[in-house]
Amino acid sequence: MTETAAQATRISREQLAARIAQDIPEGSYVNLGIGAPTLVADYLPDDQEIILHTENGMLGMGPRPAAGEVDPDLINAGKQPVTALAGAAYFHHADSFGMMRGGHLDVCVLGAFQVSQGGDLANWSTGAPGAIPAVGGAMDLAIGAKNVYVMTDLLTKTGESKLVEACTYPLTGVGCVTRVYTDHAVFDVTPDGFAVREAFGANTVELLAELTGLELLEA
Amino acid sequence: MIDKTVGSVEEAVAGIRDGATIMIGGFGRAGQPVELIDALIAQGATGLTIINNNAGNGDVGLAALLAKKRVRRILCSFPRQHDSWVFDGLYRAGEIELELVPQGNLAERIRAAGAGIGAFFSPTGVGTELAAGKEIREIDGRAYALEYPIKADVALVSAYRADRWGNLVYRETARNFGPIMAAAATTTIVQVDELVPLGTLDPETVVTPGIFVDRVVAVGERGWLHDGAFVGGVDIEGRALAGASTANGDGKEVDQ
Repeated sequence: MTETAAQATRISREQLAARIAQDIPEGSYVNLGIGAPTLVADYLPDDQEIILHTENGMLGMGPRPAAGEVDPDLINAGKQPVTALAGAAYFHHADSFGMMRGGHLDVCVLGAFQVSQGGDLANWSTGAPGAIPAVGGAMDLAIGAKNVYVMTDLLTKTGESKLVEACTYPLTGVGCVTRVYTDHAVFDVTPDGFAVREAFGANTVELLAELTGLELLEA
Repeated sequence: MIDKTVGSVEEAVAGIRDGATIMIGGFGRAGQPVELIDALIAQGATGLTIINNNAGNGDVGLAALLAKKRVRRILCSFPRQHDSWVFDGLYRAGEIELELVPQGNLAERIRAAGAGIGAFFSPTGVGTELAAGKEIREIDGRAYALEYPIKADVALVSAYRADRWGNLVYRETARNFGPIMAAAATTTIVQVDELVPLGTLDPETVVTPGIFVDRVVAVGERGWLHDGAFVGGVDIEGRALAGASTANGDGKEVDQ
């Protein structure tokens, strides 16, 4: 870790999930991608109606059931057991992806390997030789929702920025990301590049520019 | 009198030829027609092309069919899963051909086949390696890739209940690919928990009308229901919980 990276404020994944949840208004139809984005569900306010979509065919997805109440017919995109809330609806796969592609979802939250300053997303493959490729619904989600939020660490484990001038990993979607929520700051994708919407703790635009190696705008 | 019901899974899968293209319903294990797949394994057809969202889980169902080396080629969106070891081994050994299709394009291409659509333009995948070589057209300022339908000789589908005309209802998210695959195959073969008398299914709730179905076989009630009511007591793979077992997943699975 560089000296700059060591000085930076980083929030936890749970804090980041709570921060994202704050930006999802009542009445939204939301798809939370597999992995860390599913944590956002834990921080959606109980007193507001926010409807979760799962790509395998349900709106109105509820939390994991108690042991003994697991229903193998009722699962989420990660193939984990879930529940159906009052008001839930089931539908087949073509309808489910029509909801994404047709622009009916208000928000999706996805993980990322890289996001470019033009809003390109790379999150399905590192292109490593010998790896078995798998894409699932990532490409449909990336281009479908009205607001595509990315939830990620700013830096890889080896200290490289995940915000980049141009993605080097295989693309999931072109120009599709709206906003990037990282453990250091929240960035908007603008026509002129990344704008720092909110820097956490003592982080500054200058420090974030140094960590990412990008010219950043002040929002 | 129309009667699409057959008395056994063996009868249901009779006549499937070597080299056939077969759609298999299910998302992971949910809605996977395991009894029909087992019958297909016993029936012996080989050199198959399989269309499924995934590439098998564990050692049962589609994974068992793969393990018998009956499958030459598979079209799917998400082959790599924590329990896809059978596919992983075959793929790494070069013993199976993979065509990777983004999930929504897979679903819509199947739907298009059943609906008689010649081709369609989809925005999904444009600018990525999965749209390489496809015709791109700009429509209203947005780029789309030309996608062709996917049809099959046979569809194997799991539904919940059927009548003798082949009208189907499904259960929860196990519906997934069933309705679109049923429409996209020359011969659609369905397993259900239970056959019910004609007129029992509410026409307002029929999801797949019998016109899309050729053969139906009853395989008995799934283990987490009793007389149609949910009783639970199983893990995510449908296995009975043993006492204080916590076998409902480890919360770390990250497939889609």
